Amino acid sequence: MAFLFIAPWFRPRLPSDRLNTQTSKISCAKSPVVLENPSSIEPEVNHQSGVPRPDAFLLLVEYSEFHPIKRKATMTEKTNVPKIPAVSRRGFLKGIGIGTAATGLAAAVKPIAEAAENDSNVRGPGEVPIVLKINGKNRTLNVEPRVTLLDALRNRLDLTGAKKVCDRGTCGACTVLLDGKPIYSCSMLAVEAEGSAITTIEGIGTPVKMNFVQKSFVHNDAQQCGFCTPGFVMASTVFLEKHPNPTPEEIRFALGGNLCRCGTYAGIQEVATSAMKGGA
Amino acid sequence: MAKAAWPEEGKRRHIGRRIDRIDGAEKVTGAAKYSYDINRPGMLWAQLVTSPHALAEIESIDTSAAKALKGVEAVWTDPDLDKVQYIGQIVAAVAAVTEEIAEEATRLVKVKYNPLKHQVVDSDPALSQGEPSKREQGDVEKAFADPGLVVTAGDYGIPVITHCCLEPHGQVTEIRDGELHVWPSTQNVSRYSDRLGDAVDIPQNKIHVETQYMGGGFGSKFGFDAWGMIGAVLSKQTGKPVKLMLNRATELETAGNRPSAFAKIKVGLQQDGLIAVVDAEIWGSGGGGGYNPPPVPYVFTKVPNTRVIGKGIRTNRGGQRAWRAPNHPQGCFLTMSALEDAAAALNMDALDFFLRNVQLTDRPEVYAEELQIAADLIGYRRKAHLRGDKNAGPVKRGLGISMHTWGGRGHPSECDVTINSDGSVEAKIGSQDLGTGTRTVIDIVVAETLGLPLDAVKVSLGKNAYPASGASGGSTTVGGVSTSARNAATDALNALLAMVGRRIGIDADALEAKDGRIQEISKPDNSLSWRDACALLGPNSITKRGINTPNESEAQGMISSGVGGVQMADVSVDIETGVVSINEVIAVQDCGLIIDLKTAESQVYGALIMGVTFALYEECIYDAITGRMLNADMEFYRLAGLSDIGKLKVHMMTGKGYADRGVIGLGEPPAISPGAAISNAVANAIGVRVPHLPLTPDRVIAALQKGGIA
Ligand code: FES
Ligand code: FES
Repeated sequence: MAFLFIAPWFRPRLPSDRLNTQTSKISCAKSPVVLENPSSIEPEVNHQSGVPRPDAFLLLVEYSEFHPIKRKATMTEKTNVPKIPAVSRRGFLKGIGIGTAATGLAAAVKPIAEAAENDSNVRGPGEVPIVLKINGKNRTLNVEPRVTLLDALRNRLDLTGAKKVCDRGTCGACTVLLDGKPIYSCSMLAVEAEGSAITTIEGIGTPVKMNFVQKSFVHNDAQQCGFCTPGFVMASTVFLEKHPNPTPEEIRFALGGNLCRCGTYAGIQEVATSAMKGGA
Repeated sequence: MAKAAWPEEGKRRHIGRRIDRIDGAEKVTGAAKYSYDINRPGMLWAQLVTSPHALAEIESIDTSAAKALKGVEAVWTDPDLDKVQYIGQIVAAVAAVTEEIAEEATRLVKVKYNPLKHQVVDSDPALSQGEPSKREQGDVEKAFADPGLVVTAGDYGIPVITHCCLEPHGQVTEIRDGELHVWPSTQNVSRYSDRLGDAVDIPQNKIHVETQYMGGGFGSKFGFDAWGMIGAVLSKQTGKPVKLMLNRATELETAGNRPSAFAKIKVGLQQDGLIAVVDAEIWGSGGGGGYNPPPVPYVFTKVPNTRVIGKGIRTNRGGQRAWRAPNHPQGCFLTMSALEDAAAALNMDALDFFLRNVQLTDRPEVYAEELQIAADLIGYRRKAHLRGDKNAGPVKRGLGISMHTWGGRGHPSECDVTINSDGSVEAKIGSQDLGTGTRTVIDIVVAETLGLPLDAVKVSLGKNAYPASGASGGSTTVGGVSTSARNAATDALNALLAMVGRRIGIDADALEAKDGRIQEISKPDNSLSWRDACALLGPNSITKRGINTPNESEAQGMISSGVGGVQMADVSVDIETGVVSINEVIAVQDCGLIIDLKTAESQVYGALIMGVTFALYEECIYDAITGRMLNADMEFYRLAGLSDIGKLKVHMMTGKGYADRGVIGLGEPPAISPGAAISNAVANAIGVRVPHLPLTPDRVIAALQKGGIA
């Protein structure tokens, strides 16, 4: 069995609310992470287990329920339109052509041009019309298939609450909800989100009508520059709705997939703890 | 006449309370528009072509394929650029109708480089250039000749780290009717655009700068930089608005960089622990520019004999920028580590040692008091042990102490306060809120002065059209804006009282503004509501300009400078894996008169968290052979997460002797000590110094192999 050794100071980051997710392969936040060859733990079915990002093999450690993918550069992506709740890892591995030795999938990978000719589901290159259901409303827009959900929201629809920070699934600033589950919108293509209900930060509250988590963020001053804040609010809202009485460990674990540079974690912990006390 | 002096304790309505930041609701709902979020009609997206070489001549740039790509509207190159000096240096830029096309186009720009031999290593003093600098007081050689001294020597190092602002550097630029509009992510709204117009022939009086929200600067966002100029040129070329924000790699490689500091330090202590002499040789790099060695000994400036030899190493790396308390975290780490090593050699408890030496600081009483408070909060006397946790088991626990100082005097600032006849009030100021709570502070001060609730005042900032205020750096903002706002509000109130007094036949000096009313001081029942009073203004509103002139305000006791702080850390170290985890960090901090206790505490918490991050994780790792930064992303340029920070406690020094000093800035000081406190705690736990930050497992294991208790 192959082992992958991760630099000792490397700590995998996961999308928020990972409490029910398959993270058992990750031994400990700060100790060296030894992971089985991901191909050997490849799930056969699409059970919404996440997929790793293609940009570094090390990132295969990120293995969670909601994890979407990023395939910005893929012009002719085979997508099972119209609805893909999450792309299976197997599908993903096909797409980038790795993991083949272990899974024997090499033969299954069609050259892209061939796929484009033969498969009516192939879209692009060039802009394609899509309909995204965002905050309860259908929005029609034209995007190239390589456009991420985040860029579609920010650049085409002027929904700028979700922020672009790392653009590769590390920081959580771009968190939105896809069918109620938090995802990193920088790591999903807009075309893949068709058919799902997307909720952005703009959809959960307004300055005059904040939700309970937003109020608590203000009250506990869980923000400074505020650039990470929408992502944290999204993650916390889903987490606290599901776990109204979280333990400190659960809080640390669930919100560990978001990063803040100004250092607002003390306030964010307060948000979660006061929710626990019923005071959020 | 209302007086500008700060109200005494007991008479403060808002000042010093825990008040929610007034723009909190906009931020938590995503309604706040950051510079990155500005979308203008017809806007283009720009992307940069950056150098993949740390040093190379540029032989040619072929932009034809990029220009030919459908959707590309302009390509910028600099005909004078014939050499690149660091990875990430801008070589060309492309503006296109979508971000994706712009990015694709950057890959079509063909640059021919002639790579030259680069130098990116900053840790070897032999690589330094030029004459070393020298600072000396007393006689170091003579001091060391005293045979009664306990002398220790050690190596220490703190690497280059980068700011990693979550909102990258960049801006949206638009030229409309010959005027330039810029929405930059900046810490310096009023003076951001000085000379920005040169490249597009637009004078300063036709440049409009606006930054309502920005996502972090920490000292790295004062000027418009190359990307600001390029954005303006691309806007001019295309006649369209252009958004140009750095991508993450370029942000980390080129738009940050706190200089490194490596040192050999020799310390001589008297048998009673008093520091007699400190001798340091320090080298490091801030990229291609000069090098100013950090202050050593830090805080203990009255050590009679000290010497610092400084050696700068020029590297082909992105240039240095100010980082929250420039040079202080480095000086603090080097000093406190070397001193704690010396105390350990003397078998002296660290707290006793620092208390013994407070007399060598500028503020002995303050530090002594703060050391006591911090010790109580962390349970120092109960938990402390001499070097090396003697308990069995692989997890060792230790405590560490550090002390720091900062100026924090308010910058020059002007503010206009307007009282309208409908009773509404507005403060206008060319300052900016980086997330420190500047808007809230101005609101508190104006509302306090006028006896109004906070929501009666509208604070308008973030535009260069407003009265000029200083850049937000060096913890100078709160002193500057609170004083100019107080002066403006006081003058406006006095104008109102004078007018009201005339109308109702009472001397203005006998009137005051309190609880939303204008009343007679001796007969509070004789009053009229704020609204009714303002209605007497008729068609004339009152606008007064308040100014903070630092010297005068300091003389008047409005502001001051010079604060001390103490931090203590409690850590656990697993000597089998080398992993350091934080149990607790305590910050005891003074900052004069606190305007908003809530956002003030947030500043300190945030500083502690940034400090934990640079103590344990942060380092720009460069490869000597390729000259590349190996971790120019957020996976491997590691920031602390929620689970890494342990328990944090903040204690603000308030009340007598502190609040009466006037307002002093707070952003920098608490960010200085964490590296030193945590390093000292690790040494205390494992019995040996881990000489370099960050305290990564490999470094901890290496130190243990050399000595310690493993
Ligand atoms: S995780 Fe999407 S921007 Fe960082
Ligand atoms: S508040 Fe600034 S990054 Fe989190």
